[in-house]
Amino acid sequence: MNPLAAQMPALQVIVPMLMAPFVLLLPRGLSWAAAAAASLLAFGIAAQLTATVIDSGPVAYQMGSWPAPYGIELSVDALSALLLLVVTGASSLALVGGRASLAAAVGEDREHYFYAAWLLALAGLAGIAVSADAFNIFVFMEISSLASYVLVAGGPDRRALPAVFKYLIMGTVGATFYLIGIGLIYMMTGTLNLADMELRIAEVADKEPILAAAGFITVGLALKAAIFPLHVWLPNAYTYAPHIATAFLAACATKVSLYVLLRFDFFVFQQNLSGHAFQFAAYLMPLAILGILVGSGVAMFERNVKRLLAFSSVAQIGYIMLGASLVSIGGLTAATLHLFNHALAKGGLFLAIAALAPLAAGLRLKDMGGMARQAPWTFAAFVVAGLSLIGIPGTAGFVSKWYLVSAAMALGAPGIALIGVVVLGSLMAVVYVWRIVESACFGEPPENPARSAAVPRPLGAAIWTAALANVYFGIAPGLPLRLSSSAAATLLGHVPA
Amino acid sequence: MSAQQTILVAVALPLFGALGIALAARIGANFREAATLLTAAALAYCVWSLAPSLLEGARPAVSVAEVLPGIEIAFAVEPLGMLFAALASLLWIINSLYSVGYMRGNREPHQTRFYVMFAVSLAATIGIAFAANLFTLFLFYEALTFATYPLVAHKGDKSTVASARVYIGVLLTTSIGLFLPAIIWTYAAAGTTDFAAGGILEGKLHGPAVGLLLALFVLGIGKAAVMPVHRWLPAAMVAPTPVSALLHAVAVVKAGVFTVTKVIVYIFGIDYLFASPGTGWLVYAAAFTIIAASVVAFRQQNLKRLLAYSTVAQLSYVVMAAAILKPLAEIGAAIHIVAHAFGKITLFFAAGAIYTAAKKTELHELRGIGRRMPVTMAAFTIGALSMIGVPPTGGFVSKWYILAGAFEADNYVALFTIVASTALNAAYFLPIVYMAWFAPESGKPPPTHGEAPWPSVLALSLTAALTIAFFLFNGPVLELERQVVAAP
Repeated sequence: MNPLAAQMPALQVIVPMLMAPFVLLLPRGLSWAAAAAASLLAFGIAAQLTATVIDSGPVAYQMGSWPAPYGIELSVDALSALLLLVVTGASSLALVGGRASLAAAVGEDREHYFYAAWLLALAGLAGIAVSADAFNIFVFMEISSLASYVLVAGGPDRRALPAVFKYLIMGTVGATFYLIGIGLIYMMTGTLNLADMELRIAEVADKEPILAAAGFITVGLALKAAIFPLHVWLPNAYTYAPHIATAFLAACATKVSLYVLLRFDFFVFQQNLSGHAFQFAAYLMPLAILGILVGSGVAMFERNVKRLLAFSSVAQIGYIMLGASLVSIGGLTAATLHLFNHALAKGGLFLAIAALAPLAAGLRLKDMGGMARQAPWTFAAFVVAGLSLIGIPGTAGFVSKWYLVSAAMALGAPGIALIGVVVLGSLMAVVYVWRIVESACFGEPPENPARSAAVPRPLGAAIWTAALANVYFGIAPGLPLRLSSSAAATLLGHVPA
Repeated sequence: MSAQQTILVAVALPLFGALGIALAARIGANFREAATLLTAAALAYCVWSLAPSLLEGARPAVSVAEVLPGIEIAFAVEPLGMLFAALASLLWIINSLYSVGYMRGNREPHQTRFYVMFAVSLAATIGIAFAANLFTLFLFYEALTFATYPLVAHKGDKSTVASARVYIGVLLTTSIGLFLPAIIWTYAAAGTTDFAAGGILEGKLHGPAVGLLLALFVLGIGKAAVMPVHRWLPAAMVAPTPVSALLHAVAVVKAGVFTVTKVIVYIFGIDYLFASPGTGWLVYAAAFTIIAASVVAFRQQNLKRLLAYSTVAQLSYVVMAAAILKPLAEIGAAIHIVAHAFGKITLFFAAGAIYTAAKKTELHELRGIGRRMPVTMAAFTIGALSMIGVPPTGGFVSKWYILAGAFEADNYVALFTIVASTALNAAYFLPIVYMAWFAPESGKPPPTHGEAPWPSVLALSLTAALTIAFFLFNGPVLELERQVVAAP
């Protein structure tokens, strides 16, 4: 057996993290290649880990061979494997395809700083996914957040600066809340290891501080995950970031926080706080429904294409939360599957936006005129990803919505209302996706013709990879479905019957 | 080639044809049109080669992929689907011939996109016809909506795009909002969405739920244009006439009523539906659509809009026939799909030929046009007679069966509706025919045009001949469709 195979969970973080300073030291011309190579390597490691998880169940890794509650533990189960695939896949596609677009946005002289920050963000996000330790999650969260502030602010658009300031303030508040929550738990239990925490909280007599911790952690993570109504930092950050960075962050940044939220709520709290399952569902379900309706509603009337898609993200996070708030196998499968499928769709859409942006300066709907003729292939891929976002059968988005509706149907009468929300949200998605399609197909081309019409080859390939993945996982959803149903079973295994 | 392979080839062929058309267009327009005709002929050959074994009782089926447990992409050929596919593929050949004359005669822009999307639409149509379950059917149903959108919005100006928005808006809203939930409900209740003889829902749903599910299906299948979800069809008339002729008189709208019939026969099962309470409303809804659409058609001044509303009414004939829930009426529903297709495509061809030759679109402009375009107007007359249901045209045969089914069920609402709408049809078609042949020509200077380009005239003569031929030689079709209801 490959001696490295056992070290995979650690390498998942170490590879991008160590490559980050190297990117600064290497000659300028090589910085992109080094970053892309590190990202692809991380993707390979994620794929390898996924295969191991599917074959032989969760992987646990003791840092420095110190045994679990004392040493630092990394663990990879189906849910983290799914997330790792999303994070490293999005990063790799965006980096491989995005060189030209990033060079234009960031500038040749600052490019290497940007790639270093990118790798740190990747390391942080991957680190969150593999950590089995609450404090390490916090550390990785800070690494990824600080790095992603740089990614958002890295572009030429000065409006990104106030956007990133808002992101920074809200993100710091969220992280601080999370830290306060962990502190309270540590005070009562003396442990930071999640699995250990679950066991020890049961022995705590006075549950009040734990309850407070649950509140802090849930709100803090909801802020980072942009769950409605704590989403206000998201639209501007996505809109003014460099397009490629938006594709990366939109595909995975909020999902990682959602992942931590699910982990904490299901692994640690559900078992130990009486009525937590009800609290979780009763608080999050209305917010999820509002998120779906308000996010889609705003997107329907939004004029800037990137912001339109950002508000659609707010709605899509609502779908994920709606599935999770059902606290059932079907609901959690739908939620984790949608986490994967939405990353495919939104990543593809933002990559296509990156390709179209040089043709449509300003990226308002009216700037999109004539896009379908100028870049027919890219736009066709955009439409495919858009159909997946709506949830048309034959695309990935349909599969997760099918599971969501089936799970809601299992509830009986109240489920009908939830189905109504999902259907309404999908119809609103038809409207906002179609507004883009219509203006691209039939709108007046802008007065000043495009500077350069050609879409760079690697970017075109990345876009079509994403679009075809949307179709492939819509027809053969075996892999993500297996991971997500296994993840749902694990999550639900921690809920008292 | 085994029957399974033939099915897959039939679905894939128009897609490859679309690619071929796009490539051939780079060489020249003649090659592009040749590629279209070649694809159409090959498709018809493929589809028709399945018919003989089907008559002998074979039911070839093939599964492509299992998407979710119990949900797969699969095809199965049965008599209804066979008839629909055979019809669409035959008329595609004639329609391609017609398109050549029409598109060139009117110097339409974007002709390559037109032919390519037309081929894609046909692929989706064949997929609908051969779908083995509701999921596969829905997949191709949505594909057909998207593939026809560029055809409807062909002209690309503001009012066309607005109409196309109505088109796709109504079709997508109904399909995602009602049809899809109905499919998921069916799946939740029956554990499958496969079409099976005798239905799959018997004993799985009770009481008012059956009527509600039926309503979700009928209104969700917006392509069947049962009021109040018919608005997309008149809106679609902004498309070039060949699109209105093949897609909005045959492929798209028939996909709708075909799906409704299939759901009634193979998902609910006619006996189960007949025995369930709260399902009788469908006859009334269809009857209302027939009468209301006929009245609206009566008031139209634009020829294509008149034909569109006439189509809305005729589609509800099929829905009503299926909703009578008696074997003879189901046969009537199936053959009305064919009879109406021949007649209506002829009428649209004639309308397009008049537009190409004379640039006339309004009814009052048609005075005396029969003397300038005798072949076109003769075909138009035959089509109109078929709409009314006069022998010797195809429309008579299907009306006969629908009436027989209505008698069998003692359904006087259906009987009255058929009689009343026949009168209405006569009232709005015969004046046009009279005016075209016998009224004096108007207009200064007097018009000098003759017939439309010969491919168009040939096409409409062929479909007019088919309208009459279907009256005389409908034996195999009837035999095939008897199997739909004779099966256990």
